[in-house]
Amino acid sequence: MSLNREDIEKLCFLARLEVTIDEMPDVESKLSDIVKLIDQLQAVDTASVTPMAHPLDREQRLREDRVTESDEREQIQLNAPLVERALYLVPKVIE
Amino acid sequence: MHDRTLALLADDLAARRVSAVELTEHFLQRIEQFDAQLNAFVTVTRDEALAQAAVADKRLAAGNATPLTGIPIAHKDIFCTQGVKTSCGSKILDNFISPYDATVVSRLRDAGAVMLGKTNMDEFAMGSSSETSFYGAVRNPWDHELVPGGSSGGSAAAVAARMVCGATGTDTGGSIRQPASLSGITGFKPTYGRVSRYGMVAFASSLDQAGTLTRTAEDAALMMQVMAGFDERDSTALTDPVPAFSSALETPWQTITIGVPENFFDDGLDEGSAQAIRDALRVFERLGATIKDVHLEHVHLSVPVYYVVASAEASSNLSRFDGVRYGHRAENIDNLTELYMRTRGEGFGAEVKRRILTGTYVLSAGYYDAYYLQAQKVRQLISDDFARAFADVDFLMGPTTPTPAFGIGQKMDDPIQMYLNDIYTIGANLAGLPALSVPCGFSGGLPVGLQLIGAHLSEPALLKVAHYFQLETDWHTRVPAAYA
Repeated sequence: MSLNREDIEKLCFLARLEVTIDEMPDVESKLSDIVKLIDQLQAVDTASVTPMAHPLDREQRLREDRVTESDEREQIQLNAPLVERALYLVPKVIE
Repeated sequence: MHDRTLALLADDLAARRVSAVELTEHFLQRIEQFDAQLNAFVTVTRDEALAQAAVADKRLAAGNATPLTGIPIAHKDIFCTQGVKTSCGSKILDNFISPYDATVVSRLRDAGAVMLGKTNMDEFAMGSSSETSFYGAVRNPWDHELVPGGSSGGSAAAVAARMVCGATGTDTGGSIRQPASLSGITGFKPTYGRVSRYGMVAFASSLDQAGTLTRTAEDAALMMQVMAGFDERDSTALTDPVPAFSSALETPWQTITIGVPENFFDDGLDEGSAQAIRDALRVFERLGATIKDVHLEHVHLSVPVYYVVASAEASSNLSRFDGVRYGHRAENIDNLTELYMRTRGEGFGAEVKRRILTGTYVLSAGYYDAYYLQAQKVRQLISDDFARAFADVDFLMGPTTPTPAFGIGQKMDDPIQMYLNDIYTIGANLAGLPALSVPCGFSGGLPVGLQLIGAHLSEPALLKVAHYFQLETDWHTRVPAAYA
């Protein structure tokens, strides 16, 4: 199947990713090509196959729930675009 | 000096025939001389490198050096390096100074390797040509009009042009082996989980694996010895003991059976490359290997499976880039949703956007079963094909890529053609297998890579077989004329 502009606008909102009007025709045609490529998978009979969980059949390792990291907030927040009193600033979300 | 392999330079350093500072100065001078034309580096860390080299010389004098002490290397700009920009080839991380080191970086530093800089790459490792970088395309040292392959194209070009002795890379669908093949060097992707992913910017977590780009398999073994091993900071790091890679190379040749996947020799394979691969197989026959045809029934579905699984994981992993905690942030916005959308719209390039949207699509309500779950089932079928083959043969061998290096710009407008470049390499990622590419000849004057794939955790045997091939042939010694 191919994707139309409305489908792509919905995906952009789900992904919180802006695609400009200028970029849209290119995204529309190339994404439709990609969907055609991955649609090849529909023809494979997988009724009796268990989906792969890990390439080596290993299980997820768990660790004890204990504090292992030290507080490096100041250093980490050096990369933040906007910080005030150790808090990340975002546009107002509650009126 | 620069034409000596990492292993030979390690001997020179140990014997004090050259100092680490001299070596570092020599390679830094080559970067200064050549990188303007290749664009292999995003950042060159001259001062830090010279300081590290001075420390390495003290260590060599004190007699507590490792084989990598004083060896100039570079890291793909996907590995976090404390205090040094880590861009992942993206505008969204153009201003990101990592507050910590990746495990790969700290292990190589602890061994005394000297970091000369961070190498250019496809944005977020999404690409097969190193053209999608925010910092511009990397050029192939064999021909500047051609791509070096990708996504670890900066590392490949830097090693091929003798600007470093070895470099790190990452391989999610072929991103070490494919550029190694196109640039005429040796690229090694270990078993999934063999090397820690901690501090490696995540693309597709079930496929991502760090490895090496070097001149020889012997050099790869030396770097792997330091990089491999359990790390409690990566929940998928294998706990299996790390074998002695270098001493495995010195063990006597044993009879092996090589499986050749006949479906790798399809219509898409360049005739000159096919000939070089057949000649390489004859070298193994002369060494006493038995060659057998094998058929991997589902491997032709690798590319579509990959573009579902990798895109799905990427769309999730890249959701962390939000303009709030680090990285680029769009300006003059008074609404949070718009802040996210504009920040990401401005920060990501076209290919990354396509992958995020593809991933969002295959994971969205109503499509999950049809795409993501179906892809993980076909992935299991592909993995089963490999397991069946390894019940019968020791290694699989064939081409790394369908063609030698292609032109800059040639495939940028056709993502599907770009994706098909990885048709022979993706299978090993889907099945988590170790694989490497070694130079095995030329087609139209451009290097061709032979791909060797082994069973899980077979790295010592795999590196040994590649090493024996390099003892019998001299393709790995060929250097682009301008960089000799």
